[in-house]
Amino acid sequence: MIKLALPTTEDEIRKLKVGDEVLLSGVIVTARDTAHKYMVEKRPDDIRDMLNGTVIYHCGPVMKQDDDGSWEVVAAGPTTSIREEIYQADVMEEYKVRGVIGKGGMGPKTLAGLKKTGAVYFHAIGGASQVLAQAVVRVPGVLKLEEFGVPEAFWSFEVKDFPVVVTMDSHGESLHDVIGAASEEKMKEILGSM
Amino acid sequence: MENLIGLDEEKLKSSFIELVRRTSSVLPDDVVAKIKEYQAKEKVGTRAASALDTIMENIKLAEDGSRPICQDTGTVIFDIYHPLGLRQSALETIIRSAVADATANHYLRPNVVDPLTGMSKFDNNGVGHPAIYLKQWDEDYLKVALVLKGGGCENVGTQYSLPNTGLKAGRDLDGIKKVCLDAVVKAQGRGCAPGVLGIGIGGDRAQGYTLSKKQLHRKLDDKNENPDLAELEEWLVEKANTLGIGPMGFGGGTTLLAVKAALMDRIPASYYVSVTYMCWAYRRRFMTVKNGNVEFD
Repeated sequence: MIKLALPTTEDEIRKLKVGDEVLLSGVIVTARDTAHKYMVEKRPDDIRDMLNGTVIYHCGPVMKQDDDGSWEVVAAGPTTSIREEIYQADVMEEYKVRGVIGKGGMGPKTLAGLKKTGAVYFHAIGGASQVLAQAVVRVPGVLKLEEFGVPEAFWSFEVKDFPVVVTMDSHGESLHDVIGAASEEKMKEILGSM
Repeated sequence: MENLIGLDEEKLKSSFIELVRRTSSVLPDDVVAKIKEYQAKEKVGTRAASALDTIMENIKLAEDGSRPICQDTGTVIFDIYHPLGLRQSALETIIRSAVADATANHYLRPNVVDPLTGMSKFDNNGVGHPAIYLKQWDEDYLKVALVLKGGGCENVGTQYSLPNTGLKAGRDLDGIKKVCLDAVVKAQGRGCAPGVLGIGIGGDRAQGYTLSKKQLHRKLDDKNENPDLAELEEWLVEKANTLGIGPMGFGGGTTLLAVKAALMDRIPASYYVSVTYMCWAYRRRFMTVKNGNVEFD
């Protein structure tokens, strides 16, 4: 198990390889569909510091506001990443993001982007909203809450030992491509024998 | 309503809230047993085993804390069977109000969005949401099935029209097997594998999907009474688990937990095979109300 502190550097990220199990600590930022569209179309500046050197989490959490105004994470697993395929590489380059956490993997445009920018794709366990919520120790802030709603807002999560697996690295390797191709071969074999 | 099923509206509403809480936070026993069965088969130290361990840990945490198993509390789907004389519009009002309260209690995420404006409906009461299907039956009690269907798995659901040239799938049992296996390969880990397939054979497009979704009401260890469909179910589970997709698509031998299939008649020109994919976070619960007694399953 590799421990990685955020924000991080290109050098650290380039050391990671497909299959590595990693525990992330530091501040990560949630962004999903509306946020990605917004980042690419509007190129807002107020999120630059927040994103520089850190990791975007594809997640629409369930949140609870306590009486003192602070936020508590009720549930926070990853959402399907492929919907951000058209935006992801551009977002990473523009905002100097060193990785994304999500589920299901992403496509060739993002894979090329990871290689170019020096970033990785971390896969979290889909549906494991409680295990992952437990890794969030604090919620330092939120942006665009009113406009985008709870699931789509930019939430800052301070995490400790947030468990992920590298399934796409900065050297052009993708576990999803490997498993996708092998399973397709296996299916052809089964169908061919029918 | 009180005379018919023995509960006043306030009590019935709180029963619906409790049904939502249980569905969102406590995975059914048959699903947990099935995940455990496969967990025991994956080799220790693999990514697949580690993923299933995390899944089991998550199931326990959610149950202990009455918190959502998955943050995507999904489309909230009620299938309701009610005795004659119970006013459907009143039932619908109670359910919508219960769903709003369950959302305020954080059993559900505010999950309903206008497709054009993108505006969120914060109480999960939107156009067509929650999805409520009402059917009057001849029993003297109320039966409710609730499924919370997450979007990741809903997005990998699909529908085939047979014959399918690319897969060499004809209009027969072999053809059905081929397209269903193709659906599993196309889904990879994206539906939050290991999953369960609901398959609807026949009908028109809408009927086929509805039938495939209704299969999610079946217990995972039941056996199909139709021997052809029983064979289809067993064959698909066995073959899918040789594809090497595994939990989350990380690789491994646990890709599908179960398959449940049903058929309805078709018209000569159409032959649809509709596939619903349900993630491992298989949130499905039942509630019956009879003579004022509420039972959950």
